[in-house]
Amino acid sequence: MAHDAGTDTPTVIDGEGVRRRDFINIAAVSAAGVGGLTVLYPLISQMAPSADVLAESSTQVDFAQVQPGQAMKAVFRKQPVFIRNLTPKEIQEAEAVDVSTLRDPQTLKERTKPGHENWLITMGVCTHLGCIPLGAGEGEVRGEFGGYFCPCHGSQYDTAARIRKGPAPKNLEVPPYEFTSDTVVKIG
Amino acid sequence: MIRIFSILAGLFFVGALAWSLLWDTIGFAHDGLPNTVEKAFHEHPRPLKLSSDGWFGKFDRKQVKRGFEVYNQVCASCHAIQHVAYRDLADIGMSESEIKTLAATATVNAKDPLTGEMKDRPGLPSDHFQAVVYGGQGTPPDLSLITKARHGGAAYVHSLLTGYTNQPAELLKRFPDAKTPDGLHYNPYFANLNIAMPPPLTSDGQVTYSDGTKATVEQMSTDVAAFLVWTAEPKLDKRHQVGFWWVGFLIYATVLGYMSYRNVWAEKKGH
Amino acid sequence: MSFPWAKTYTPKHPFMVWMDEKLPLPRLVYNAVGGGYEVPRNLNYFWNFGFLAGLCLVIQIVSGIVLAMHYGGDTRVAFNSTEHIMRDVNYGWMLRYGHANGASAFFVVVYAHIFRGFYYGSYKAPREMVWLLGVVIFLLMMATAFMGYVLPWGQMSYWGAQVITGLFSAIPLVGDALHTWLLGGFAPDNATLNRFFSLHYLLPFVILGVIILHIWALHIPGSSNPTGVEVKSESDTVPFYPYFVAKDGWTIGLFLIIYSLFVFFMPNALGHPDNYIPANPMQTPAHIVPEWYFWPFYAILRSFTQDWLWIVPAKLMGVLAMFAAILVWFFLPWLDRSPVRSGSYRPLYRKFFWVLVFDVLVLGYCGGSPAEQPYVMIAQIASIYYFLHFFVIVPVVSSIERPDPLPFSITESVLGHESAAVAEAQA
Repeated sequence: MAHDAGTDTPTVIDGEGVRRRDFINIAAVSAAGVGGLTVLYPLISQMAPSADVLAESSTQVDFAQVQPGQAMKAVFRKQPVFIRNLTPKEIQEAEAVDVSTLRDPQTLKERTKPGHENWLITMGVCTHLGCIPLGAGEGEVRGEFGGYFCPCHGSQYDTAARIRKGPAPKNLEVPPYEFTSDTVVKIG
Repeated sequence: MIRIFSILAGLFFVGALAWSLLWDTIGFAHDGLPNTVEKAFHEHPRPLKLSSDGWFGKFDRKQVKRGFEVYNQVCASCHAIQHVAYRDLADIGMSESEIKTLAATATVNAKDPLTGEMKDRPGLPSDHFQAVVYGGQGTPPDLSLITKARHGGAAYVHSLLTGYTNQPAELLKRFPDAKTPDGLHYNPYFANLNIAMPPPLTSDGQVTYSDGTKATVEQMSTDVAAFLVWTAEPKLDKRHQVGFWWVGFLIYATVLGYMSYRNVWAEKKGH
Repeated sequence: MSFPWAKTYTPKHPFMVWMDEKLPLPRLVYNAVGGGYEVPRNLNYFWNFGFLAGLCLVIQIVSGIVLAMHYGGDTRVAFNSTEHIMRDVNYGWMLRYGHANGASAFFVVVYAHIFRGFYYGSYKAPREMVWLLGVVIFLLMMATAFMGYVLPWGQMSYWGAQVITGLFSAIPLVGDALHTWLLGGFAPDNATLNRFFSLHYLLPFVILGVIILHIWALHIPGSSNPTGVEVKSESDTVPFYPYFVAKDGWTIGLFLIIYSLFVFFMPNALGHPDNYIPANPMQTPAHIVPEWYFWPFYAILRSFTQDWLWIVPAKLMGVLAMFAAILVWFFLPWLDRSPVRSGSYRPLYRKFFWVLVFDVLVLGYCGGSPAEQPYVMIAQIASIYYFLHFFVIVPVVSSIERPDPLPFSITESVLGHESAAVAEAQA
């Protein structure tokens, strides 16, 4: 408001002064913007898993009692894990499949650990929409391919837990695991 | 009209207050200031310096770990630290295998995730410290938050642990009824002067430190106080660190904001 | 108020023109806190607290919503879930300390805002409605803060709930029934905690609504100013944007620095250690006090120790007085009849104002001290002044006082007589 009398600012402002002033205003507004964005960081990261949840993300399972042809369920990250002791016949069936015909091409070898080829360890979570497939429990339906069958939307998995039929896009996920002894596996 | 009503209402309250004041003054003239044994003999904690003090404080993790050893070998037989999980001990320099071994010594009653029944199992690093069953006199408080739950914090813990003494003769002379009851122990730092806990740290070498530090009573009580600061506020280091940078940034932004404000108002005199 | 010289919103971009026809939200903002709101040019820094109070509400709502994502409103888990936030949730300690100290910051700012109103007579016509809505906001804040303090379910939470709901049992005839109804039981328990959590989440949004009304009511006459002289000409005002955006902006920085020093470096300085002890219905803490911002009113409550006129029980008197101490603010616009608004031109009122400030500080100190002598007697004397001030002194002084001469205009108060004449002539 240049018409205000009694101001001590020259009415004609030289270009240098204007640029310096604009710079300060822009810097101040930018600093406010940076501050605002910084505050978003804790607000967003608080929704990520908390330390106690992450601490439960590994589990040790003793699978000594699982006989060939049987399976057991364990829990990893609050989700079921299937630990299955494959029979030689089941292994043979899985290996006989032409991998190139599969929706998610993987061999049984790629899905097990060397020296423990009969132990198929996968998440018990259907890759379609997250239901628990049948086939790990005593007397449950194992589907057309002798592996797992998801009753929600009819996905059928074979003896290597690979998707063979139905809407699921991927094979049952193999979680990270290692054998700490011949009867104990550490998942996660 | 409203003002007349207001003045009358005001006088109603003022009258009631004056009436209360009158009787309380008479009572005060008769009794004087309250004179209780706690007022006369309770002592404020002696100052204690820890590296976690102050705005730039950081835990001395070696000391905190020694403090844990004191807790584990002495306090743990009566006091729990239920808000602390075994995994948290990694922060004070315990290795994964040490934590696992320590956790496994505990028995945890937890729900079996597969069957849903409650079962006893050995503790895991993800478990919290368990409640302590105590059969004696008094109720030993959980110590996780003790330095935040008492005035004086760590200094209180340190003073209390080293403050056991005989009842002063003067106390008994002035308050003959205030003799420490049997089974309790006189401690001027405790709120009501008589505490159920017997002196827990009594002799040098009572605790074996893994780092070889000589375990004097003073050393043990300081270390355990440092440990209890950590159990109450494990995120203290991070808080100070984040705060330092954040406040620094705010000062920078505020100076810019002030300069910008001066710019905007430059043409308006008087501001 | 839309002064004739206020700028009008003229959208340039075709989209903004289209928007202005369909939903003139940008126009609303422009006229509320933009270039279209003309504000007296002489506002001093006491006028910044309103904006800061709004910022505090935003801080509380944002931090509160994220805390509610982790908090469990059940007596069995409330305390532990609070500790879970402090220890395991990412930045949980920052959110919780930010929320707890945010409540204190909110009250600091609002008390400054209220006392600004007392000194400069902001409650007077034509701004009575702004003031009334402000008192409503303050009462809602008190309720919200109290219920929030109960949520961690520590010892002070529990006994605070017990004592404050106990106030209602002082009401004759229906008191006990009302008390039980408020608690949903005979002592604070799960039902109490759950309803407090629900209401603690609801009330801030009610406050937000009343704040909108508060600002709406303010925009009808326009902002008051330190001289109390109404705006006369264009040279008396400047547009809110950029002038007061810049001024409020940098004081936000100043406020955040002080607030952050508490959050990061002394987060428990304003809290009470006993609230780190889980609630125990079988053991009352030695010394129950509410949060510091309630201390003055708590001191008034405790000052009534004798039954009055043989029929009004001391307990009822205390409760009545505590509520009356705030409710009297509702009548202030009509108790103070002085035509002069600003305390700067009211020599006598000004002296009493400063006595009131001191008096409230004394009350606060006593309210935070144990209920024993000498604090009770000091609190009684301070309470007597408090009631005299609002019920007697304010009405009487406004009738007998001879105010100092007022400046002719806002411009004159800023620029001096000579320059103002020039400026006003130009305007």
